[in-house]
Amino acid sequence: MQPTYEPVIGLEIHGELLTKSKMFCGCSADYGSAPEPNTLICPVCTGLPGAMPVVNKRATELAALVGLALNCTINPHNTFARKNYFYPDLPKGYQISQYELPIAEKGWLDINDSPLPRGDELSAGRQLRVRVRRVHIEEDTAKLAHEKKSALIDFNRAGVPLLEIVSEPDMRTVDAALDYATKIRAILRYLGVNSGDMEKGVLRFEANVSVRPVGSDELRTRTEIKNLNSFRALVRASAYEIERQTKVYENGGQVIQETLGWDDVRGVTVSQRGKEDAHDYRYFPEPDLPPLHLSDAWIDLIRSRLPELPEARTNRFIAEIGLSPADARFLTSELFLADYFESVLAKAKSPAKTVHSWMAGEFMRYLNDSAIDIKDLTFSPESFAQLVDMVTDKTISGNSAKAVLNEMFKNGGDPAQIVKEKNLVQVSDTAFIQEAIEKILGDNPREVAQFLAGKETIIQWLMGQVARATRGKADPNVAKELLVKALEARRK
Amino acid sequence: MQLPNLTIREIHQLLLTKKISSVELTQATLQRAHEIDPKINSYVTITDDLALEQARQADECLAKGENITPLTGIPFAMKDCISTRGVRTTCSSKILKDYVPQYNATVTNKLADAGAVLIGKTNMDEFGMGSSCENSAFFNTCNPWDLTCVPGGSSGGAAAAMSAGLCNFSIGEDTGGSVRMPAGFCNVTGIKPTYGRVSRYGLIALVSSFDCIGPMTRDAYDCATVLETIAGHDQYDSTTFNLPVPRYTKNIGKSVKGMTIGIPKEYFVSGMEAGVESSIQEAIRTYEKLGMVVREVSLPNTKYALPVYYLLLFAEASSNLARFDGTRFGLSVADNAKDVLDIYLQTRREGFGDEVKRRIMLGAYALSAGYYDAYYLKAQKVRTLLRRDFELALSAVDILLAPTCPTTAFKLGEKTSDPLEMYLSDIYVVATNPAGVPALSLPAGFSNNMPVGMQLIGKHLDEQSLFQIGHAYQQETDWHKKLPSI
Repeated sequence: MQPTYEPVIGLEIHGELLTKSKMFCGCSADYGSAPEPNTLICPVCTGLPGAMPVVNKRATELAALVGLALNCTINPHNTFARKNYFYPDLPKGYQISQYELPIAEKGWLDINDSPLPRGDELSAGRQLRVRVRRVHIEEDTAKLAHEKKSALIDFNRAGVPLLEIVSEPDMRTVDAALDYATKIRAILRYLGVNSGDMEKGVLRFEANVSVRPVGSDELRTRTEIKNLNSFRALVRASAYEIERQTKVYENGGQVIQETLGWDDVRGVTVSQRGKEDAHDYRYFPEPDLPPLHLSDAWIDLIRSRLPELPEARTNRFIAEIGLSPADARFLTSELFLADYFESVLAKAKSPAKTVHSWMAGEFMRYLNDSAIDIKDLTFSPESFAQLVDMVTDKTISGNSAKAVLNEMFKNGGDPAQIVKEKNLVQVSDTAFIQEAIEKILGDNPREVAQFLAGKETIIQWLMGQVARATRGKADPNVAKELLVKALEARRK
Repeated sequence: MQLPNLTIREIHQLLLTKKISSVELTQATLQRAHEIDPKINSYVTITDDLALEQARQADECLAKGENITPLTGIPFAMKDCISTRGVRTTCSSKILKDYVPQYNATVTNKLADAGAVLIGKTNMDEFGMGSSCENSAFFNTCNPWDLTCVPGGSSGGAAAAMSAGLCNFSIGEDTGGSVRMPAGFCNVTGIKPTYGRVSRYGLIALVSSFDCIGPMTRDAYDCATVLETIAGHDQYDSTTFNLPVPRYTKNIGKSVKGMTIGIPKEYFVSGMEAGVESSIQEAIRTYEKLGMVVREVSLPNTKYALPVYYLLLFAEASSNLARFDGTRFGLSVADNAKDVLDIYLQTRREGFGDEVKRRIMLGAYALSAGYYDAYYLKAQKVRTLLRRDFELALSAVDILLAPTCPTTAFKLGEKTSDPLEMYLSDIYVVATNPAGVPALSLPAGFSNNMPVGMQLIGKHLDEQSLFQIGHAYQQETDWHKKLPSI
């Protein structure tokens, strides 16, 4: 009988560190904003003879922060190494990286070994602890632009700090790999060390995939799929490779150790380099940089800067604030959203659920439509809290609140002031509403007749007319009561 | 008055008392260089215009009495592996023949700030790989004491220029004797400072963990003066000590009575030229007369120094020289190249000399997967033993004394066919670099009319004792005042 096969997956995640300057020189690391190629360069990052590297302190701090977030041990004594190979995007002929003693190692991250939870499930599938083998610092390469018979080199990116996070081969499903990658990205964004903009290439995945008979604990020959620059590519390439290797074994063949690329258009992995052509990087300790000595006090200082991480925050929102798992997950998906929510909640008298529904609904819609960065909002969380409270205490209607929020997004300002200026205070004065209802019913005899004939849903349309006529100021509860009364009166 | 043969402090007095201007001195030095250097070929590039401009600025400082340092207006030469903005820096290699740096080495800046006047860049073994200057891709440099002999290497040009009076001090670089060995062969004083004492930023690296920039001068006092100027912490070189630089001239002149000298027994074995040995014995007697205590010490791992030195050199150099790939600077041979690999191969094939290629191949091999542990790692472990040897020996004495070289300068062409024979000439000087300790080479007599060098090896960061003890010797002898008749 043919055995069934299970995948064994390990991931390497490469992320740029959000520092002002490059890893080993003072040049700006913001190569995306460079006006022209080769404008953010110096003797160090272009590898001129005699130039020497100096370690970027900030990058070290960020790398240690990631290590701590992933439950790693920080190596108090860690070293840089040279990874030697020739390529035109590598100016020195070697990349300064970390090899024997990385800044952090032996950590872990808890993930779920099945699809991401949807709706109000707390989580789906089995929880799984993925071991993090190491976190190390290195430098990015230059960018090549291939012409017809030549290539041009832009060194603006050369020397930008990179972080590499290497997992153990602990994942047994593609979904687990996806959950791991998703969680790492969220953590990096939470820590402010990486923007997570996959389309800008600031985060890339490399999947190491092998398969083995279910129940076995052997590690068979693996292949490495390089440069996966989206979650979709990660999922598709891993799934493809698992299926391919399984077929190889089922047909009595052997998987060959090789480095693969992913052809997104054809949906296949493509061999780039076999084992025989594997680079010998001739690693050795970088003699231009003394080992980094990190004191316990320094490590504690970095630890004190660790923010609450997404998973913990989600759990707290559920347990302490009483949000549903889906709502909590939505709010904690982005650091700014979670922070903003908590600021609003601190100022608001309304229940958390109401604050959440306003944030998830209208607030997000305006934020996305206006393409404003949350940092640039012209109104404070306090103003937003005030607005939500005005709805809760029925000072204004929900419809009016939307108009006020729209105005706040456009011109900023104090919601109470806007409500006053626009004369939006909710009216519970029955005479005023009664007058509007009588007029509407008089103008729409056909709809009244439909209601009387039993089509009760028409009442919603009529409510809309009331809201319009009172310019949203009518208290909907009062209005509905009066409307029903007026309609019933017409039965006689 | 033979200006070129004066010490820095003698010229400094002449400049201060306005007996001479820096421009006059510089013009005289340049003229002498153009006249005499064709015989010895010490300079790769003579920087006439820059020198005269720097001399004019120095004279301005002297006239105003502002920013005057002991080096203001003093002409110097510099080994061609130290970057000079706007002045080509070749490492005596075809691959850098027309390379003009866009930036200054830290040492270049420090000397310019001190008001020193750069006369030119001096010849060397290609990338510092050699002990005779015969591995220069351009031409051989001759020993001013005998034009048929080598000046030593790799800083042969800097030593020859100093010896022949074509500058008043020179800046060399010592990876495994490259300052001391030619200083010994050419009868000048030269120091390899403690590793990390002088910034390497802008020094084109041979072995990043060995390379030390150091001055060559007429005597120990001048050597202390120049080192004071170029030493110190550099934010651009993370391997420099973040410690203040002592005033090296401070202890000069203090009595050495009661201080102790260690004689490493492993350095006095067969193979030493008789005239070298007798000169060193004579020097030891001189120190005894000064009241110093002499005792034998042991550096038990000496026999491993040469293999460890060369293995680590090959490994680091193979990586340091990777950047010479024809894509950004220097020689680029892209004719009929099918792909980028062709450009690399063609450029490096044409650009590097045989010795450089040999060392790159050996280094790449030593770092390869499967060989790393047996070669590189093992060598690093033995390096620790070498360092411990020096620490232990120097814990009982103030300095160690040894010959700089087992022989005096050999003939041009004598050892070029046998790289191993050439490597052996460095036997006494290489161990200090893996160990990082400072060493000063001093003129100590003559053997068959050729200069003999003696080296004093000191404790980490204790250049002060070297200068004090070196100066004491030069008060008793006048070998350092002997000049070649050229």
